[in-house]
Amino acid sequence: MFHHSHILCLLLTVLLFACTNNTVEKNVADETHIPYQSEKNNSLYKAIGGQQGIEKLVNVFVKNIANDPDILPYFEKSSVKHFKQGFVEHFCGIVDGPCKYTGDSMVDIHTGMHITEKDFNRVVELLVQSMEEVNISYRNQNKILNKLASLRGQIIKI
Amino acid sequence: MPSLSWANGKILATPGVIQIEGSGGGGLVPWAQLAGYATEDEIAISAFCSRANVKNFQLDSCGGQLNLYDRLEVSFARQNFDVEPLSLTLSQNIIGFKLRVYGDLIYSDWPQVSLGMQHKMLNTPEVAYSLNAKEDSGTDIYLAASKLHLGLLAGYNVLWNVATRYTKANEMGLLGFGGPDGDGSLQAEVSVAVLLNKHLAIGTEYRMKPDNLGLQESDWQDLFIAWFPNKYFTVTLAYLDLGSIAAIPEQNGWYLSLSGAY
Repeated sequence: MFHHSHILCLLLTVLLFACTNNTVEKNVADETHIPYQSEKNNSLYKAIGGQQGIEKLVNVFVKNIANDPDILPYFEKSSVKHFKQGFVEHFCGIVDGPCKYTGDSMVDIHTGMHITEKDFNRVVELLVQSMEEVNISYRNQNKILNKLASLRGQIIKI
Repeated sequence: MPSLSWANGKILATPGVIQIEGSGGGGLVPWAQLAGYATEDEIAISAFCSRANVKNFQLDSCGGQLNLYDRLEVSFARQNFDVEPLSLTLSQNIIGFKLRVYGDLIYSDWPQVSLGMQHKMLNTPEVAYSLNAKEDSGTDIYLAASKLHLGLLAGYNVLWNVATRYTKANEMGLLGFGGPDGDGSLQAEVSVAVLLNKHLAIGTEYRMKPDNLGLQESDWQDLFIAWFPNKYFTVTLAYLDLGSIAAIPEQNGWYLSLSGAY
């Protein structure tokens, strides 16, 4: 049987860890968003196969978007080539790779699309499915999603 | 106005499961998430049945939930509680409402916050009154905050929920409401879970309870594993430590819950 005070203590410790660790991660993220940073910080970029890995991912992602009748209409006016190019560059920067995104801002791209919470989450699911297909580990998927999550406010309902 | 649709807009597993009083949550604790996969322009319906079997007692709980636009959850649960030493069954009905006040479990800067209530009506008040309970119905009010941290623990997603509940209930209401030693107090409830993969979560919960009847009513805790094969079906298995119930100690045992959502 567990000791009541111990398990409560454990819970609180995990919570405290959850809160503090989040702050630390945010600080690190702020620092590492400087482009062209040193190699030691781009372990996530390397883990997913660098530039080649990202290109593989975007090809699968575009294929999955094209097969989704709810999501495809959002891309009606997009050029596949332009999307792939922008995605690779942006994604590379997000996973701390040696790239600087030079495309249009997320707000500019998504303004007028009126993306709902549901469709946003559907695209997240398509990205997860794509990451699975190119064998990115579950833990690296979560790390990537954590970096992408902060972009949501610049994408939906605008 | 976006078109209305049935719910599948949330990411798998993020709404959690259904707790024993019928609200969206873990097993013992209501969470800030609303039951089902509805987002802002969707409606979800869900249903559950659970069984908790400890040394001298068994609790069966079944019910349903309606999630309106990820804003309001309306729930109903019926609990049947077998008291094996007395060969009798206590039962109560619970109507719940939960309003999402702020935020999104994953995406908002601050945790998602919901305000909820559970109105409980005991159908079998005789035992409660014989133990000096004051009333046969009562309303719990709780405030819950919940957050999912993506990749927090070596790449694994971590979810926590903290709830504070104002309650008069003795053993959740099955032994009535209020008593000689108390008639309403604030209690804290905590849950932590880790997602091992898209489909599997493990976690633990702790729920404080008042001791209005002077029967050394215990806090409750569990260790659980929840399986989400898809957005329509979940299975939760837990090991329970419910302490003393009606002054009978060592009430440990198992919990199984099935729920379906559409």
